[in-house]
Amino acid sequence: MIEFIDVNKNYGDIVGLSHANIKIDKGDFVFLVGPSGAGKTTFVRLILREIEADSGKILINGTDITKLTRREIPLLRQKIGMVFQDFRLLDKKTVYENVAFALEITHEKRKQIKKRVPEVLELVGISDKINRYPKELSAGEQQRVGIARAIINNPRVLICDEPTGNLDPSTAMDIMNLLEKINLRGTTIIMVTHAKDIVDHFNKRVVTIENGTIRRDDSKGEYRYEMPTDEDFYIKLKEEDKYV
Amino acid sequence: MFSKIAYTLKQAFSQMGRNKGMNITSVVAITAMMLILGLFFVAFLNVDLFAKTIEKDYNVVEVFIADGADDAVKDAIKSKIEKIDGIEKIEYRSKEDAIKIMKKRWGDNAYLLDNIDKNSLPDSYMVFVKDQKVGNEVNSEISSVNGVDSIKYYQDTVSKLTKITHFIQVSAIVVMTFLIIVSTIIVANTIKLTVFNRSKEIEIMKYIGATDWFVRAPFLIEGIILGIISSAVATGLMHLIYSRLISLLGDDIMRILSVPVLSSSYLIPNLAIIFASLGIGIGTCGSIISIRRFLDR
Repeated sequence: MIEFIDVNKNYGDIVGLSHANIKIDKGDFVFLVGPSGAGKTTFVRLILREIEADSGKILINGTDITKLTRREIPLLRQKIGMVFQDFRLLDKKTVYENVAFALEITHEKRKQIKKRVPEVLELVGISDKINRYPKELSAGEQQRVGIARAIINNPRVLICDEPTGNLDPSTAMDIMNLLEKINLRGTTIIMVTHAKDIVDHFNKRVVTIENGTIRRDDSKGEYRYEMPTDEDFYIKLKEEDKYV
Repeated sequence: MFSKIAYTLKQAFSQMGRNKGMNITSVVAITAMMLILGLFFVAFLNVDLFAKTIEKDYNVVEVFIADGADDAVKDAIKSKIEKIDGIEKIEYRSKEDAIKIMKKRWGDNAYLLDNIDKNSLPDSYMVFVKDQKVGNEVNSEISSVNGVDSIKYYQDTVSKLTKITHFIQVSAIVVMTFLIIVSTIIVANTIKLTVFNRSKEIEIMKYIGATDWFVRAPFLIEGIILGIISSAVATGLMHLIYSRLISLLGDDIMRILSVPVLSSSYLIPNLAIIFASLGIGIGTCGSIISIRRFLDR
């Protein structure tokens, strides 16, 4: 479904992603882990064609998205749902309007929007807050709205950029259960996270990126979180010194 | 298709509502620009009409006949003039006609002419010529003819006036171009502020697959609406100002300069079309400029 073939991306002298090769099948649930600045965001931005790869191929359902024209990019994004750490809801729109917004951009008929939005809000468990504004909701509820907006177009892939980063552990677990439910419906999920407990708790495939390189690709159950050694910590400090 | 248009219009109006203050400021600024532009345009057109009128009316050689010349002498002069090529027409103006014309031109002060005992104005032939070359020929050929007292040819005055009017016209074009550019910048800045206010929304729109046109269309409509409102207000104000100017000065201009001025009923509909096209143009360019950079990010 998604395949990176020797993908490279540099930002001037800084390596974003180097010789990345990975295949994610339909229906997979993949955790993307690694330290800040390792290349996780570059990975996601390349899938969304927010940035262009310097070389290599990125295939989504057999189509090389590095070859897409500017006009074709919106169609790609309509097939990919995006969930953000900070929810990115529009404060002046109600829950209904925030979710309907994703259908409006595809010029869906009003009748269809009226039918579909409550269905999805029901699925994410927030149908009782349909007329509320984001500021009237808890963080967990806001993230549910964000997920509803991301899945309303029935995307084949859902990219979640630290979806539990702003949530307390209990709410984070609820959101993870919801994402798992969506995954069981056949949606491929790529989730960027720093949350060790979540990665450990959910028995999923884990891809580790460090310094722009895919270091490990652990299948279900293989991954064990490793504490950084003193040596790793020292190297990291030395790297940070460079930017001081 | 209909739902697309309806959605775009709804978005345009709702974002205009959110930015009321800035939109009103832009409309006022653009209207002011259009008014100045309109005044220059009206001046341009009237000066143009003035130039054409004097060129046409004053391309005439006035041949004054010596006092006491009899009909035979007058006929001889006329036949001599008629032999010259390029004469459009010849009008005989008796001294009685001349005083009548003078009285008409003097208007309220014409009574001063009533006290003159003897009409000392000469009889004359008004020789209308096609161009300056013919005018010069008439001047040189006829001045030595028996019975001709003097010849008056206005071409020098006309060419001087033409130069002045040309200068006024060029200045008006420069000022109008400058004002159009300034108006476009004003609209661009207003829309840029709206775009900035909606940057989060636009970013989300792009993430979930909105096309560039889907994002751009409401801003384009907003720009066009600003342009149309400004042009409507400017047209209304121009109508008031010009009608008032005409009622105050129109008659005087006609009497003193003997040239017509453009009527309000002719000018305003044309000005409305110009303002509307200009407003739509400025609005379109302004919004395209302001959102282009944002979409390219």
